[in-house]
Order: sequence, then structure tokens, then C-alpha cells
Amino acid sequence: MRFPVDGREVYAYTGSREIAPSQPTVAFVHGAANDHSVWALQSRYFAHHGFNVLAFDLPGHGRSDGPALPSVEALAPWIVRALDAVGVGTATLVGHSLGALSCLAAASSSPSRVSKLALLGPAVPMAVSDALLDAAKADDHVAYELINGWSHSAPRQIGGNRVPGMWMTGAALRLMERSAPGVLYTDLSACNAYADGLGAAANVRCPTLVVLGQRDLMAPAKNAAALCEALAGVRVVTLAGAGHAMMAEQPDAVLDALRAFL
Amino acid sequence: MTKPKTHRFDTLSLHAGAVPDPATGARATPIYQSASFVFPDSDHAAALFNMERAGHVYSRISNPTVAVLEERVAALEGGVGAIATASGQAALHLAIATLLGAGQHIVASRSLYGGSHNLLDYTLPRFGIRTTFVDARDIDGWRAAIRPETRLLFGETLGNPGLEVLDVPAVAALAHEHGLPLLVDSTFTTPYLMRPFELGADLVFHSATKFLSGHGVVIGGVLVDAGTFRWDEGAARGKFPTLTEPYKGFHDMVFAEESTTAAFLLRARREGIRDFGACMAPFTAFQILQGVETLPLRMERHVANARRIAGFLSTHEFVESVGYPDLPSHPDHALAKRLLPRGCGAVFSFAIKGTRAQGRKLIESLSLFSHLANVGDAKSLVIHPASTTHFRMSADDLLKAGITEGTIRLSIGLEDPEDLIEDLSRALYVAGKG
Repeated sequence: MRFPVDGREVYAYTGSREIAPSQPTVAFVHGAANDHSVWALQSRYFAHHGFNVLAFDLPGHGRSDGPALPSVEALAPWIVRALDAVGVGTATLVGHSLGALSCLAAASSSPSRVSKLALLGPAVPMAVSDALLDAAKADDHVAYELINGWSHSAPRQIGGNRVPGMWMTGAALRLMERSAPGVLYTDLSACNAYADGLGAAANVRCPTLVVLGQRDLMAPAKNAAALCEALAGVRVVTLAGAGHAMMAEQPDAVLDALRAFL
Repeated sequence: MTKPKTHRFDTLSLHAGAVPDPATGARATPIYQSASFVFPDSDHAAALFNMERAGHVYSRISNPTVAVLEERVAALEGGVGAIATASGQAALHLAIATLLGAGQHIVASRSLYGGSHNLLDYTLPRFGIRTTFVDARDIDGWRAAIRPETRLLFGETLGNPGLEVLDVPAVAALAHEHGLPLLVDSTFTTPYLMRPFELGADLVFHSATKFLSGHGVVIGGVLVDAGTFRWDEGAARGKFPTLTEPYKGFHDMVFAEESTTAAFLLRARREGIRDFGACMAPFTAFQILQGVETLPLRMERHVANARRIAGFLSTHEFVESVGYPDLPSHPDHALAKRLLPRGCGAVFSFAIKGTRAQGRKLIESLSLFSHLANVGDAKSLVIHPASTTHFRMSADDLLKAGITEGTIRLSIGLEDPEDLIEDLSRALYVAGKG
């Protein structure tokens, strides 16, 4: 569905379903240089199992008008305004990577709007290497290649996609390549600059799930330890063998973790 | 600067898509010779049918052995995914049927495999899809042939049998200017010699019967999606409702929204393979996988041998002409140097200074070259296109496709090239005597 937020058109995937006021809502928020399609399997499942689904394309990503928002502090209230725009009062927020930080900040600043919080591949702080930032700043294709290499576990860089016939790293690369110039740098800078993750975590009052990839090199699981400490009553699921691109690498395990949580 | 970690072509030829079998540890890809796959429970079954979970249901739609081949070819081409089909013809049909319906139109190179020409010129018009054929080299001709109802541009990387080199960057740019995708048949070149996606093509298919399998033992095809074409943006907007509008045949799915980069493959699998059913058998996929493992080694030798044979023929007194872009005499030599730096494949034609009867005598005098309708075998092959692969074409169309009655097509195999030259020398001598 398409709707305006801040005067700019936004796209959210709904699983080809209308938003029903009687149903609970799950909002999915993607990571850097991605769009709603990284949630394809998980979002479609919930859309057909009694939930409203809003898998957003963040501003400047996918089908949503730009520009990309420059910080986690800007993305968090945007998520709430997007819920406002479609008339959703409270929602479960599910975020990946940059999206996870944005959902964390939204749960902290707007606790009445977030019923549950699921953070996939988070790290606090989410430091980005100078090499990657420099390449992204120059819109150098190497930046996408570096992310692809660090986001997929070594076995999945050989193959074995659960989705028949799909070349996982090729699809991930092609999706990032669709980003407008500067978007990846904006996104990575937002990750790198976000300093209030632990403070936000301390404010979270809703049930929280953290899903970590054991072989995540982009946001290593150990870098989420302090975050998990700061989240009261958090449930932590570590996916053995999974990299940062866990929704593609282990779609069923991610779905099952979310199902059990929701 | 930190270097990205990516596997190289020769490594991908051996490994892409395959992991040791989790059940048995088998290193070779097992042949999953099963029509169906057991559902763990009813909810899982429903989720598989509704594309909420990934996996295999029924081998017409997908199969674990076939999926390894699909991933591997997609990796070698640099695409997002692939669908293996019962034949190369089935791959071409799947591409067209996924995008076009009655009343729509294709612009295609005139230099096509005879089977492709049959489909486009004789069969698809019965279903309301028409094709305008153009000279592969005539970019203005391509442009002039595009109509409001055109939905696809199509050519072969190397035309059959004249080896016209498709100027993929130029034709792709023209296609994109009109909001159209470019589909190329890459059978003769394989991703070892050309990766058309890097040159701008949007869809690639192979007759995997040929060089990919490499041993002349199976029939199969593979259709690959670059994932680059934007089906609902710019000049393409509104042209591809099969991908951008709800499909009643699959839960009102809008494929371009479901997958940003693989909408075409989703529709092709969820409709084309499901309904037309031209799927690949797992044993076929296994055999093609064995071939792909040695693709780089074989293609290197194929090209080296072809260069030797083309050079020999080009100086033979009984040979009128040799149509191989590697030779400076070919009209596309300069383009080939640019687009095919590793070589121009191992299929080419030559014409003798003689009659049709002498041509027949030449073919019948060969002993190592097998006279049959195929290319891309490890063994060398020969055929007379005017009386076989292209026999349905009119004399006028034959000439336009660069085929004369004296044209003889060779597919150079992996034998010792000296033995092949000796075989050809003997046959040319016998034919030359009349």
C-alpha cells in the first residue's frame, strides 16, 4: 500500500491484504540499502495468519520517496508517524540491523505505540569500519561487495538457498545496487553515529526478542551482549551458523523465533 | 583497502549451489529422484503452498537437485536466480509466456537457431504473439521495428549459424530506452566467454544440452534473471501487468512487490513452470552439473581447437569462406574482440567452392566428425543447416540469415586438433575431386 508521511509517498508491503482494525499489527523495518522484500517470507506468513503487516520501505529506499533519513533519531519518530498515517495505534516492531536500532529507539521514545519489540542482527554500538564508510561515501560498488561478504556466512556464499533456484548473494547484491547514490552512506553513517542504544534499551518496557546470527560479521553477536543486558526480560535466540542476512539464510528459523515471540 | 570476499568463476563452476548432503554427507550432489516431498505438518504444508516458507513441494515446481543447477548457473551468469527447464526451447517459451500475451510483439534478431525461429515465426502467432525479425547488426532496424505493443527484444550472443555477434550493450540500451527487457540466448558462448548481464542484458537462457552439459547426453535448458530490470518504473510502467498487477492464479500476488529483484522468476515458477509444466528431471540436472564442473576447462580447449581448425580452413584452396568472428575476415571481428575477449566459441560455419552434392560428399567423408543435429558436444560434430536445422526457412530467409546451400556448420570438440585437421583434409580432398 502507498500512503503519505510528511508529505512524501511511502510504500509498505501488506501481503496483498487490507489493514483490518480488529487485527494486531506487525511492522517490519529493513536495514541499510535494503527494502521490504528482505522480509518476504516472514512478512507474508504473518499477513496470512491473523496479523496486519506493514513491511515499510524506509524513505529513500525501494518504492518510498526520498531522501533517506540521516539518523536513528530521525527514523524512530518516522516509524511512529508511518503508523499514524495508516491509523495503527500500537504495533509490534520487527527491525533488522539499522532497522533494529530504529525500532529500539522508537520503543524507547514512544512506548505506548510499541506492544512488542523484535531486534534482528542488532549491535550497540553498531560501529562501521572506515574502509566501508569511505567506499560508501564514494558510492563505490566495493561497498556493496564488502557488505555482501560480511553479511552472509561462508557456507551460504557457496549456495544452498532455501528458496529454490535463487542465488542468495546475487540477489542481495542486486537489491543493494538499486539504492540511489548516497543512500548506503547515509544508512551506514546513521548506524555508526547512534550512541544512545543502551540508554534506549533501559527505557524499553515491552516484551523484547533479540535474534543473533552466530556467524554474523557485520554485527557480531558479541556486540549485542551489552544491549541484551540492558533490555529487561529480553528473550535471546542465537541462530547457529547464521550470518547477518539471517532472514534469507535461515528464513524458517527466523520465522519460528518470531512466531514463538508473537 | 579491504578486499571483498567473492568466489571466482572456476570455483563457482564446481561449488555454487551445492553443499554436502546434510543427511548423508555425500559430496556429490545427490539425485533427489522424488516426485514429492513430505510436509512436517499441515501448517507447514499450507505455508509452503502460500510462499510463506521456502522449500520443495512437487518436482514439477522445484526439486533439490535441479535447484543446485539453477543456483550454479545463476552464480556463473551473475544473476539473482534461475529456472531449469526441460529444454532450451522450453526456457525460451517460459520467458516469453511469462511476459507476453496475445496482441503483443517481439523484436528478434533474424540470426536465430531454427527451433527458435519456428517458435517465433510459425507457432506463437497462433497464440497472438507476433515477431518482427531484424538484422542483428542493424541497430536502426531494431529501433524501427519496436511498436507500442512490443514487450521483448531477443537475440543470440552469437547468431546461428553465421555467428553474427550481438552488440549486447547497444541493443540493451535501445531496449531500456523503450522500457523493454533484452533476452539473449547465450548457448554458444556460455558464461565462460560472455556474461551478458554485465553488458546490459536482462534475461539469459541456455540450451544446457550444449556446452553447459558438454557431453551430448541430455536435453535441458536454463533461464536466468539478472534482477536488474525495473518492471514498474519509467518507460516500462504499465507494460508488464503479469508482474505488476495482482495475479488471481496465485492469491492476488503482485510479483514485483513480493520481490524487488526476482519478480520475473517468481511469476515464471508460480505460473509458467506450474501450468505449462516443462520442468527438468533431477537426473538431467545431475548430468548437467557434472558438465558445468569442467566448463572452464572445456571451453578453453573448445576455443583453442576451434581457432586451429578455423585457421586451417581459412587457407584451404577448396574453402570459399570461413565465418568465425575470431578471424579478421568476419564482419564482426572488432565487436568480438570487445565483447568476447576469451574467444568466439567452438561452433562456426564454412562454405566450400563446390556444389551441394560436393558438400554432402564432404560430410559423408568425415570420420571423426559426427553428422548430427547438435552442437557443444565434447566430440566434434558437423551438419548441413540448409537441409536440417534451418530447413523450414524459405530460400530468401536463409540468405538473410547468412546460410547458403554450401554452408557447413562445425562444432569443434575436444579431440587432438591435429586429428581433426587430418579428418577435414581427407574429406575436403575427396569432396574436391567431385
